[in-house]
Amino acid sequence: MADACPDCLRRSWLLALLGPYIERIATGEPGARSPELLRLSNEDLVAVAAPKVAAHLLARVAALSEQHLAEELRVAQCWACCRHGDLYPEGLRDAADAPWALIGRGDPGLLAGLEPVGAVTVVGARRATSYGREIARELGRELAAAGMIVVSGLAFGVDGCAHRGAIDAGRTIAVLGCGPDTAYPAAHRSLWRRISEEHLVISELPPGATPWRWTFPARNRIMAAMAGMTVVVEAAARSGSLITADLAADLGRDLGAVPGPITSRASAGPNNLLAGGACLVRDAQDVLDAMLGPGVRPIERAAPSLDPALAEVLAAVDAGESSCDGVAAALGLPCPDTAAALSRLELLGYVSCSALGLYSRTLQAPPTGAAI
Amino acid sequence: MLATARTFTLDGIAARPVRVEVDVHRGLPGFAIVGLPDAAVREARERVRAALVNCGFEFPLRRIVVNLAPASLRKAGPGMDLAIAAALLSASDQLEWEALSRVALVGELALDGSTRAVNGALAIAEAAREGGAEAIVVPAENGAEAALAEGIDVIPLDGLGRLAALAALEWEPLRPRALSLQPAAAAGPDLADLRGQPHLRHALEVAAAGGHSLLMIGPPGAGKSLAASRLPSILPPLAAVEALEVARIASACGRLGGGLTAGRPFRAPHHTISPGGLVGGGSPPRPGEATLAHRGVLFLDELCEFRRDALEALRAPLEAGEVSISRASSRRTLPCRFMLVAAANPCPCGRGEADPDCSCAPVAVQRYQGRLSGALADRIDILAAVRQPGAAEIGGGPGEPSADVRERVAAARERQERRLGPGRCNAEMTPGEARECVLSGEAGALLAELYARQRLSGRAHDRALRLAQTIADLAGTETIDQEQMAQALALRRRDRG
Repeated sequence: MADACPDCLRRSWLLALLGPYIERIATGEPGARSPELLRLSNEDLVAVAAPKVAAHLLARVAALSEQHLAEELRVAQCWACCRHGDLYPEGLRDAADAPWALIGRGDPGLLAGLEPVGAVTVVGARRATSYGREIARELGRELAAAGMIVVSGLAFGVDGCAHRGAIDAGRTIAVLGCGPDTAYPAAHRSLWRRISEEHLVISELPPGATPWRWTFPARNRIMAAMAGMTVVVEAAARSGSLITADLAADLGRDLGAVPGPITSRASAGPNNLLAGGACLVRDAQDVLDAMLGPGVRPIERAAPSLDPALAEVLAAVDAGESSCDGVAAALGLPCPDTAAALSRLELLGYVSCSALGLYSRTLQAPPTGAAI
Repeated sequence: MLATARTFTLDGIAARPVRVEVDVHRGLPGFAIVGLPDAAVREARERVRAALVNCGFEFPLRRIVVNLAPASLRKAGPGMDLAIAAALLSASDQLEWEALSRVALVGELALDGSTRAVNGALAIAEAAREGGAEAIVVPAENGAEAALAEGIDVIPLDGLGRLAALAALEWEPLRPRALSLQPAAAAGPDLADLRGQPHLRHALEVAAAGGHSLLMIGPPGAGKSLAASRLPSILPPLAAVEALEVARIASACGRLGGGLTAGRPFRAPHHTISPGGLVGGGSPPRPGEATLAHRGVLFLDELCEFRRDALEALRAPLEAGEVSISRASSRRTLPCRFMLVAAANPCPCGRGEADPDCSCAPVAVQRYQGRLSGALADRIDILAAVRQPGAAEIGGGPGEPSADVRERVAAARERQERRLGPGRCNAEMTPGEARECVLSGEAGALLAELYARQRLSGRAHDRALRLAQTIADLAGTETIDQEQMAQALALRRRDRG
């Protein structure tokens, strides 16, 4: 399978050993951010992070034999590629702080010939609102359906939804801040399993490595560099997702943001990005247009047609009515009829019904020429 | 001298026959009760002694042994006082009653010799009839209730003093008039109090018509509890057999009498209830809220706040229509065919995520809704989102009264009984019966499309069929048309968020 040179691989094992030491010095202040620290050579990094045990750690890592590394990877059902190999993603070669090696679990074919223009990173808040989750899922689904590889971080909220959407329609890569054989967060174990079996999970860290606070910004730099565009769906004003956005902008990648209500704290991050000149993302088409040029890859949406009565009900949901009573009252229809119309719309994919029995609009637009 | 009398002890809601044997003989004066008595039975000693003396009888200063047979059965409650007293009087030659062995006696004695009501008089009277007794002597207060049992003479007795008159045939008591099990016309709160809320009304009507379980989700004060408490008023009146079942349970739990009308029960236990309290338990096993709600409505307000183990305990009884309580010594089966109605807030603060004032962290909301989908969710057929009614609705006139809705519900139930058999409703359809529902072509296509698109489980598929059948029954049509199927799909609980 894929191969990596032992020196690059040893770097990964060194980082895992340095986990707690870097945790102490990576404060997030300028100059002490983990992506900046990871630019340092092995010797410098060890000297900065763990001066007292520097020699010991370096010796330990140097003592790892090639067979031993290969065996560890094999046991964890992982493989590796390094910056000197063919499989290494093109996008990462641009970055000064790029990881030396990537440990993967899953289908290495996803990395083969992967150019930044073929991947989109979707990131956002872990504590996303239902709006953010819905958008992330739809973006993931449509981008994957359009042939893009959707890159995200397997976290709660937006990340998980983007992966799920992409799984429904195409391919996805999860970049982890721990070893690729570890499901983190644990609640996403089944999602992780699905991705690591049918898609791809990658990490800079070796199998068994535990996550540290600093590993997440470090993982963000990989996500930012791999893809041609980074889209922020929802993020609070000081969110980790914005680190990814900054890193992407620094690399000269496209940066997109999904607008949200100006009153919503969860959308403050993307709204700020938009104010700062980020590309406005309303749907997957906006992403494709920004990356490939307008109209280069149009998304075909064959939305089912609507009869006028259903269109009227849909308009009421569009206007913000979420309950059957509300729609019925707004249109002056009998309640059972409204319920029937709503369930038809749900079947057609125009609205979705939450576990609480409230209806909300999906992103699916009615075909042109309909009554809306 | 030896004398025996027949009495009963209550076990759950069933009465078990007990033979009281009293032996009075020479020896050191004493009074012993043997045969697994509980504390209340053992204290009968003091009550019987005082009652005898205060009624002008003599308490024999001899050695008295009372044996309660069968000795292996645990006896509970004070209902055996009267039988012990009667047998003691007979054994000490103070009462000559040749019929004593052919009648059964139950009743608690006061110290002045008057009788006090016991629980389960109806079940006891029926058991006495089954056991071949000619008559049953009950406390006067239990007369009306015991008289519900047909085929046995019920003798109401107000005090121990009258026992002698009864034995000497000097007093012929009147058979008490049986308690009326016909609910009063305007019993309970009326659905007219629910203003506006057409969706909730529709959901209630369908739930009542098919016996479907219902979950209402909405902000506090939107009318969920009000709606639930009106549900019994739109259910069809109980059939005679059902009413007797309900009365038997109420009687065993001491809830009958006092002019209680025998409508469908409505039970709304608090969410801190224990599993035993909900489905029955304890030793000896006592009926829980589920059994008390038999043939009525069990309302679980704040469903997410209920203890997980309590809700888990409710699952099997919901499916089976009966609770079975197993204890080391015995196993009891209690009936519990009730309609489950539950209510919950949309999030911990109650306002709902869409409300800008909602102060709940998304994680907290997720956890809360996770409990919703876990607890009992797969036993719930209908989900109704309840919203705060607008000013115009609240200020508007009263809604449709219960009587009108009840008529439609009763008609729908009649159709179901004709199809499924007496006493059965759509919610109880087996998967096989559900597949026999007659669908129009378009309705079938709609369901098939949903099944394919949303990866429904087989259970969800059948649930949609049952709901659609109920809506068709309400409309009085033979086949389920497309519109009715769409309505059913809108009312159904979603499997996933």
